Amino acid sequence: PTWIQFGYLVVAVCFILALKGLASPRTARTGNLVGAAGAVLAVVLTFVSVGPDHLLPILAAILVGVAVGVVAARRVVMTAMPQLVALFNGVGGAAAGLVALLELGEVGDAGVPAHLATAFTVLVGAVSFAGSVLTFGKLQDLVPARPIVVPRFRWVYGGALLLTLAAAILVVITGSVTLAAVLAVLALVLGVLLVLPVGGADVPIVISLLNAFTGLSVAASGYLLGNALLLVAGTLVGAAGSLLTRLMAQAMGRRVTTILFGGLSGTSTQG
Amino acid sequence: MTEGIALLTVFVLSAFTGYEVISKVSTTLHTPLMSGANAIHGVILIGAIQVAGRAQGSLELWLGLVAVFLATLNLVGGFVVTDRMLEMFRPRSARRNG
Repeated sequence: PTWIQFGYLVVAVCFILALKGLASPRTARTGNLVGAAGAVLAVVLTFVSVGPDHLLPILAAILVGVAVGVVAARRVVMTAMPQLVALFNGVGGAAAGLVALLELGEVGDAGVPAHLATAFTVLVGAVSFAGSVLTFGKLQDLVPARPIVVPRFRWVYGGALLLTLAAAILVVITGSVTLAAVLAVLALVLGVLLVLPVGGADVPIVISLLNAFTGLSVAASGYLLGNALLLVAGTLVGAAGSLLTRLMAQAMGRRVTTILFGGLSGTSTQG
Repeated sequence: MTEGIALLTVFVLSAFTGYEVISKVSTTLHTPLMSGANAIHGVILIGAIQVAGRAQGSLELWLGLVAVFLATLNLVGGFVVTDRMLEMFRPRSARRNG
């Protein structure tokens, strides 16, 4: 209905104001609250307009998510905040990937543009998830923070990239759910390979990059579901996140390409 | 096709907006801004509610519920952790300004 769409527009404006607020010290905290208020409105509007089946299990899943999210965010020590943000970002990417997979399974053959959006969402969402979990591991000292270069990396990276692209193209052509699941697994491997060679000191910049990735995958899922709000929110984060990644790299006197691939050519920080 | 063009228009305009609104961010705010932007894409929750609410088999439902849970974690955790960062940030900047 029109009033729901209007409500989503209000939410989109809240998100823009949130980003704008967060960019200035005086208004940052208010900006964040405006964003949160927008998100609550979006969820309420969705429940009203969709009238979903399985209402109780869905509400239960949300409640568990709220409980875990609030406790984790409240208890985390200051120094561990970046890795918690990485983890939150990763699960967002995973959620977007799952949404696209399920949409494909429920709607079935929806035409090439929809298949393309699905492949993109699954691919980028899974890369973001795996990459974010690995950055969490690096910052939490579960994985060595130094750049890790796999043996014969040219073959491994080339092979993984080709296989993933092949799977993505097949998903676009066939719209097969099984192939989309295969694509998700390959993308997980790709996400791990992307973050392995990054040195510990550069990890925050990679988290920002993966944050932009999740944004783009959310945007693609918005196209897939025909939901303009998801498209706007995802694109906003994708664009702001990309710029922020560059600004963060500049502030450290580094280049994003050096951060990502420097480890492979031996010029990364030793974290 | 017109709907496709409309969505493409929305996409392009949103991209410029996202880029412009944060182009003057101060260095001290990089991490909270990243965290706040991260919370915003947690709104994928509304997509998760949509697909979970349409699930037919039990596998689909479970996967849908996992998506709802993960998206909520992203959304709620994201805004709360950003607020905590800014809570610490504010007194410091007030001191510098005052």
